[in-house]
Amino acid sequence: MSKALNELTITEAARALRAQEITVQQLWDACAKAAKEKNTELKAFLELFPADDTAIDAAQKRIDNKGDNTPALCGIPLAIKDNILIEGHIASSASKILSNYKATYDATVITKLKEAGTLFLGRTNMDEFAMGSSTEHSAFGAAKNPHDTSRVPGGSSGGSAAAVAAHMALCALGSDTGGSIRQPAAHCGLVGFKPTYGAVSRNGLEALASSLDQIGPLAKSVADAKALFDAIRGRDPLDATTIETAPSAVPVAFRIGVPHHLLTEGLDKDVRAHFDNALAAFAQQGHEIVDVSLPTSPHALAAYYVIQPAEASTNLARYDGMRYGVSVAGDSLLQDYVRSRTEGFGTETKRRILLGTYVLSSGYIDAYYRKAELARGMLRTEYDKAFESVDVIAFPTTPSPAFAFGEKTDPVSMYLEDIFTVTANLTGMPALSVPMGNVMREHASLPTGIHFTAPHGKDNVLFAVGAKLTGEQLY
Amino acid sequence: MASVDEVKKLAALARLSVRDEEVKAFAKEFDSILAYVGQLESLQVHSEEKKTPPLRNVFREDSEPHEKGKYTKKIVEQFPNRERNYLKVKKIISYE
Repeated sequence: MSKALNELTITEAARALRAQEITVQQLWDACAKAAKEKNTELKAFLELFPADDTAIDAAQKRIDNKGDNTPALCGIPLAIKDNILIEGHIASSASKILSNYKATYDATVITKLKEAGTLFLGRTNMDEFAMGSSTEHSAFGAAKNPHDTSRVPGGSSGGSAAAVAAHMALCALGSDTGGSIRQPAAHCGLVGFKPTYGAVSRNGLEALASSLDQIGPLAKSVADAKALFDAIRGRDPLDATTIETAPSAVPVAFRIGVPHHLLTEGLDKDVRAHFDNALAAFAQQGHEIVDVSLPTSPHALAAYYVIQPAEASTNLARYDGMRYGVSVAGDSLLQDYVRSRTEGFGTETKRRILLGTYVLSSGYIDAYYRKAELARGMLRTEYDKAFESVDVIAFPTTPSPAFAFGEKTDPVSMYLEDIFTVTANLTGMPALSVPMGNVMREHASLPTGIHFTAPHGKDNVLFAVGAKLTGEQLY
Repeated sequence: MASVDEVKKLAALARLSVRDEEVKAFAKEFDSILAYVGQLESLQVHSEEKKTPPLRNVFREDSEPHEKGKYTKKIVEQFPNRERNYLKVKKIISYE
């Protein structure tokens, strides 16, 4: 085999394992070795787990005994974002306040992956509580982009993206509240997928904004993203917002909607050129490109940066130093709360808690929060209407390729990174980012991504359209 | 728009303490963030769009409780301060 084992996709590794060309132990060792060697520089992982020999043996036995009937993910080493609970391991959301918190149970996605025989390499770096687009807000130092270490890997699931892009893991789980899977996937040259809201259980995900959060895969191929999504999706009695998503019919020729009115300014010209090339390639394959109008879209980011901090300030109220996490004693109960939170949270987290408190406070809630919720409803109506005439809607995942560390110091410029991705979280619709070609910046070749959105529950339509672009066969 | 006093009040509501130099920085950043999200003001909302709430809460009946004590040890181990299986906190009511 020409590729090193850690460079395999899930599909390739699953085939090689069943053909007895490689063993689970060899696959684990190759990933664990690469992870150990590269992590000092890349800081993709906050912690690398020791090998679980029992799980490795069990996975090998399942493959040996059942061959093709074993789950596709059996024996596959994955990286898991630091906000997803694995029993007995620390899950800190890259925050000082949870730096000593050991998960007391498995997240539903972890239970499902354990049942499938998956192995866990470690927990990956992220922006604190998933608030950020670069991992620069991690309390433990930023992760780096493997394509150019002077640049950010994107965020908040930047550690997961760096781990997969640098072949330290075959695939990774991230979480996406406003683009936190798709934006780092685009910046690191990966496929990133945010499922339909409710398609994947949030039980055991440390909450940022509960009406927006979804867990999803960062992968080397569309097929891998689909394999990981298939392994974790489904109704869960422990998350009342979960739904069952049945695969829907996939068109032979796609009608691809493009909101040209959103692409007139602020878009890097090389990114634009790759996007136009991708559309031309679709047209050449016999798919139709249709202009669509989404008039409320220019307000989406503003609505998002009201709703998200509002929910974050509410969700993060639970961290008070009382029952778990970092606890700093003061001279009264109130001072215990204040000191624990003040010392435990980083600057961006505090900024968003304050902002959320502001937009929810009496006198401002109508102007900001309620208006944002109305904008959200309008966006959803507009997308539903657009989907009457198209199968998917496409635009670039990010306006420009990965930026350098320290380049975006004022909060608004960082928030603008999410301009294209937030709408799918506000509407709850599924969205996929697929690599669409590299651009040269100061001698570094940097990836860019194309972004597709589909109607509610039509997650599988996105995999089909993504595979058209990558030239993959999906089964 | 956001004054130093306002930021201090918000911090108190959010159980945070902010140093004086931080307050100034937050107030300045707040102005640019609020200027950006304030564009929502210009969004025209039609009356029919105001009627249907886009989101609703989803609740279920309580069911399938786990057996008593299954998680007690693990949870108690996380307590910053404890006495046997009890979480120990400061007095809530003070006599001042």
